[in-house]
Amino acid sequence: MTVETEPLRMQVRDQRDAASAANRSDGKTKVAVRDLNFFYGKVQALHDISLEIPERIVMAFIGPSGCGKSTFLRTLNRMNDVIPATRVAGEVLIDGHDIYATGTDVVELRRRVGMVFQKSNPFPKSIFDNVAYGLRINKLTHSNSELHARVEQALKDAALWTEVKDRLKTSALSLSGGQQQRLCIARALAIQPEVLLMDEPASALDPIATSKIEELIFDLKKQYTIVIVTHNMQQAARVSDTTAFFLLGKLIEVNSTEKMFTAPNEKLTEDYITGRFG
Amino acid sequence: MNTSDRIRRANSALMTGLTALCTLLAVGALLIILSHIAWQGIGSLNFRFLTDVPRPVGEGGGIGNAILGSLVLLLLSSAFGLPVGISVGVYLSEIGRGRVGGVVRFIVDTLTGIPSIVTGVFVYAIVVLPMKHFSAFAGGVALALIMVPIVARTTEEMLKLVPHSLREGALALGAPQWRVILGVVIPAAAPGIATGAMLAIARISGETAPLLFTAFGSRFFSTSLNEPIASLTVQIFNYAISPYDEWHAQAWAATLVLMTLVLGINIIVRFLTRKRF
Repeated sequence: MTVETEPLRMQVRDQRDAASAANRSDGKTKVAVRDLNFFYGKVQALHDISLEIPERIVMAFIGPSGCGKSTFLRTLNRMNDVIPATRVAGEVLIDGHDIYATGTDVVELRRRVGMVFQKSNPFPKSIFDNVAYGLRINKLTHSNSELHARVEQALKDAALWTEVKDRLKTSALSLSGGQQQRLCIARALAIQPEVLLMDEPASALDPIATSKIEELIFDLKKQYTIVIVTHNMQQAARVSDTTAFFLLGKLIEVNSTEKMFTAPNEKLTEDYITGRFG
Repeated sequence: MNTSDRIRRANSALMTGLTALCTLLAVGALLIILSHIAWQGIGSLNFRFLTDVPRPVGEGGGIGNAILGSLVLLLLSSAFGLPVGISVGVYLSEIGRGRVGGVVRFIVDTLTGIPSIVTGVFVYAIVVLPMKHFSAFAGGVALALIMVPIVARTTEEMLKLVPHSLREGALALGAPQWRVILGVVIPAAAPGIATGAMLAIARISGETAPLLFTAFGSRFFSTSLNEPIASLTVQIFNYAISPYDEWHAQAWAATLVLMTLVLGINIIVRFLTRKRF
């Protein structure tokens, strides 16, 4: 497996260097997680996770199925709140404020921390209304022309504009799977979140749609802090600056992606990456 | 082909045949009823019958006031019953998932099973007696009470069919729960909710017993909610139990009108709530 990943890494590194060098320079911490434990009823899904996510980078979460990476991602915008009988202990600080502190406005939090789901979930509305939804409910635009401009910009940012600009009024459900996922990304981008969480955004897509979304992620990190959960290690290697490896609800290792895929510190990481399990 | 294969195929053919037969019986019975009503009713149907008020035997007369009365009662009971029923359904599906929700669901299911005449007597006691007279209002309340549990349960079932991912998608965009429900979940389930509402309207438009104690009936055109009001079902009942052939014929014709009315409402609602996306 080591042999196979070698050429891939070389390509990836070349692409990545230019953009990330500039971005990583400020290195301000956007999200800081301290001793996070998470429970589904009596089952503990996350154990003592501590992690810092710097601003404007792409961090990938990898690990085998059921290792808690999606659960962890969903603690960052309190999406787990909607699942009954779940419990969180620990701190998640975004810009230094604990989002689990009493009195936190969850609605406002989710406006700042956007999310793209594994399965695309466009609303059964028109393409335009899908992207405009977040803008409208949060009253982020003051005029119709501004609304149109923001929708157009979001669709352009999600690399979907040219494909849909002539049929904004048609149903979002008429789009292909890859287009629907990019629409969901556009929808999340429209409200300009500070952090974008992506839960296996390309897992149900074909290679062409996947590469479009990966290119997109690469562009987006100029503006956003992106956390992406992926099953696909090549994908993690291609798109991310840093990678975190989860196993059985524990965070095993966080490292620069380059280091992670060449010389990980932990034996477990190496075993997983080289395909010895998972 | 060996024996077990042959048995399996024979079984399959038998079962398919049985289901087809049962479907035929059910649909056939419905068709016989519909055609019989049309056959019996069409003879007395004319413009005067549809617009006139009832008159003594031998003088013709019609069901114009009963058609108007039924429409008033349906509108009134829908105005009371649909918002309440849909709200209860939303509560059951979206908010009350715990023990309280279970209790509410049990009560709603029990209400569905209450005989309509009991509802009629109940409304007689709490609305008619204090008002000291029969009224369209009391009739509307009685019918609304019958609607609520039907609408509530169908709404709940339809809302539960909306994928959870849609709710999460909207929540993740910073939408508060009430906006998710109103803006995403209910619109996605609208055709189903409308079907539930239709079922309820069809059900109450056939109700007679609760109206006998509440709306009572009337021989005149009336839209006043404070006075007794005629309805097709009570008119049909009165004519059907009368000893006169002319009134029997009119009862058949009124039945045909009632069924056409329900069908018409059904088509209109389906058109208004058709799937746009």
